[in-house]
Amino acid sequence: MTEAVVHAHHGPDRRPGIIGWIARWLFTTNHKDIGTLYLVMSCFMFFVAGAMAMVIRAELWIPGLQIVNPHFFNQMTTLHGLIMVFGVIMPATVGFANWMVPMMIGAPDMALPRLNNLSFWILPFAFTLLTSTLFMKGGAPDFGWTFYAPLSSTYGPPSTDFFIFSVHMMGMSSILGSLNIIVTILNLRAPSMKMMKMPIFVWTWLITAFLLLAVMPILAGAVTMLLTDRHFGTSFFNAAGGGDPLLFQHIFWFFGHPEVYILILPAFGIVSEVVPTFSRKPLFGRNMMIYATICIAVLSFLVWAHHMFTTGITLSAELFFMYVTMLVAVPTGVKVFNWVSTMYKGSLTFETPMLFALAFIVLFTIGGFSGLMLAIAPADFQYQDTYFVVAHFHYVLVSGSLFALFTGVYYWYPKWTGRMYNEALGKWHFWLSLISMNVTFFPMHFLGLAGMPRRIPDYALQFADFNWIASLGAFVFGITQLIFVFNLIYSRYKGKQATMEVWEGSHGLEWTLPSPPPYHSFETPPEVK
Amino acid sequence: MSSTAGGYYVPKPSHWPIMACIALICLTTGAANWIHGNTIGPYLFSFGFLVLIFMKLGWFRTVINEGLNDTFNHQVELSFRWGMGWFIFSEVCFFSAFFGALFYTRAIVVPWLGGDYGTAASLHTNLVLWPNFHGVWPVMNPPGKSVFHGLTEAMSAWGIATINTAVLLTSGLTITWAHWAIVKSRRKQVVISMLITVALGIAFLALQSHEYWRAYNLQGLTLGSGIYGTTFFMLTGFHGLHVTIGTIMLIIITIRCMKGHFDKDHLFGFEAVSWYWHFVDVVWLLLFIFVYWM
Ligand SMILES: [Cu+2]
Repeated sequence: MTEAVVHAHHGPDRRPGIIGWIARWLFTTNHKDIGTLYLVMSCFMFFVAGAMAMVIRAELWIPGLQIVNPHFFNQMTTLHGLIMVFGVIMPATVGFANWMVPMMIGAPDMALPRLNNLSFWILPFAFTLLTSTLFMKGGAPDFGWTFYAPLSSTYGPPSTDFFIFSVHMMGMSSILGSLNIIVTILNLRAPSMKMMKMPIFVWTWLITAFLLLAVMPILAGAVTMLLTDRHFGTSFFNAAGGGDPLLFQHIFWFFGHPEVYILILPAFGIVSEVVPTFSRKPLFGRNMMIYATICIAVLSFLVWAHHMFTTGITLSAELFFMYVTMLVAVPTGVKVFNWVSTMYKGSLTFETPMLFALAFIVLFTIGGFSGLMLAIAPADFQYQDTYFVVAHFHYVLVSGSLFALFTGVYYWYPKWTGRMYNEALGKWHFWLSLISMNVTFFPMHFLGLAGMPRRIPDYALQFADFNWIASLGAFVFGITQLIFVFNLIYSRYKGKQATMEVWEGSHGLEWTLPSPPPYHSFETPPEVK
Repeated sequence: MSSTAGGYYVPKPSHWPIMACIALICLTTGAANWIHGNTIGPYLFSFGFLVLIFMKLGWFRTVINEGLNDTFNHQVELSFRWGMGWFIFSEVCFFSAFFGALFYTRAIVVPWLGGDYGTAASLHTNLVLWPNFHGVWPVMNPPGKSVFHGLTEAMSAWGIATINTAVLLTSGLTITWAHWAIVKSRRKQVVISMLITVALGIAFLALQSHEYWRAYNLQGLTLGSGIYGTTFFMLTGFHGLHVTIGTIMLIIITIRCMKGHFDKDHLFGFEAVSWYWHFVDVVWLLLFIFVYWM
């Protein structure tokens, strides 16, 4: 036992040298190591998919075809979307869960540490496979991240099959990862931490994990059907055999809509942790926050066809999906109301995490409102497949999910590393991101309302001005993210020492551990007040 | 062994997961290359498969030994239980995608293509695109008969499928018998009931293979028969795959029963497999009702 105790305090026993270093990261079963791996990988993939966005915006800088051909342009939009969703936002939120959930519930580690290692290490293989399609004959997948049949079945390039298998691998990783998180939350809580006492971030991840377990297998089913339709003679998505291409959209969006909540619920969780800290007040309507999250998760299974208003589904279906979609605004509104009420009469300070959280609340709400506009079936006939949709989901994903991830990184970085990030660089990162994000995506609303279709490399002259502005914003946004990475690396070595509490108003078990925390977070269950 | 002072169990670093990743990447790239007719495909796939088997044996051996040495406590076992439960939940969701496809095509697509859905669009689809198509299930003659060849005889519920239902339900009983025998420490009964369960699993697979052989050779029913063949083979095929995996797990558990690995306080491995087997059982009942019978 003594040996084990020593081990617990001093981190992993590892062989010296580069081999030992590689072995440590390859074989690790530690939740913090794995959390770091997730976060570092998603940061890397953020720049890969970001570079693709730069190619897209460079091509759209002025009308006409300048830099890339339309075929390659389509590959860029497809891979940009796929990697941002599956390779950046999702792994980053899982990285947060790995780091924070055991510390927040008073556990030593994740419930199934070896499985945890597997969940992460599948991903680098899956994304190598996915990006390798760029170098294959016929190019990478070019049918958009939604890979609608028959674009992906009958007309997909040969690399589609490699894409299908990479999606299978990502799905496996997500299922195992979320299974681990759900088991950790249900089984490894400190005995005195009752369910309703759990931090909101843990709650949002519990529900996210449930959503992942429910819908990732559906996605696996969709790509499996695609594979058999392409090569084994089945006719799921082929009307000539009695199937239906629309079936693909139904299955895809039955996965796809809960998927957008998988991307945003952990973000809600992060913001719900950060706003009370910098307001120096407890979260307003804590239990309502939990119920609202559950409500959103339930509704997410009943709204998928709002992506299909123009496909010729029946009128009764349009009305049903329109009203249920609008209903989602109620629990979401509760959340926004509670964040704002938390700040009301609080003694606010505006450190970088709080700034990003504030931007999140305002800009995510804008994205929510454009979502409501899109939910109105008759109006959607106009908006469908235009830049208005692109503007909408970038407001909820960039200024929503991504800003919340920045919030979380700045908020917990001192806890993770034991050093403060550089506040001045953090503020530069925030203000430049905020401005350039809006310069990039706000004009896209106008472009969409004026009728500019999405996923095209060239456009009519009337759209030139707004596209030029959007591209300019995008380049600034891209460069700004280098400040973020520099800050993280620089502060890792040069930042001031962080205290245990880090923030004046911090609350929760993770702040009762030293910064950085010991290798196995809690060796004995802590008492929760 | 590695654990923390408070009695929590945390396993030490492991090389099995990364081996699983290597197996996976070889399996997937191997399969994709194989489909594309590249020579490397089958070799890569087979290599991946071997690595997979080796990894599974090693990983499970590690965990089984930890269990036998009482390395981990009740809490870890509870984690395994939760984990297995949620894994089966995700499997249910996987099958629901295929059941959903079946219900959707039967309730909407086939009537729509036949012009009977009750909307103008449905009528036009039929008149303009497939005027000779009749939207009735089972779809013997798909709309595009030149591509999807149709079939001569659909599956009947009252032949092999009925026998297979009896076989699987009986195996559900015998595995419950085994569970009871373990709790009561009746070693001989455990082994007998497990052997019967394995035999029933193998019998099911043999009967289903025979059914598939008949479908392909006598009924003109193949994967390429249109939507009926598509849904029939994909649903029963994935179920059959699960029965195969389940039978392999049952064989391993039977060997472990013979070695006396389980008693009334240590039977998670057994229970996990029995849950899985019951899940496969329930899926079969749904298949019997919705694919064979109705
Ligand atoms: Cu949606």
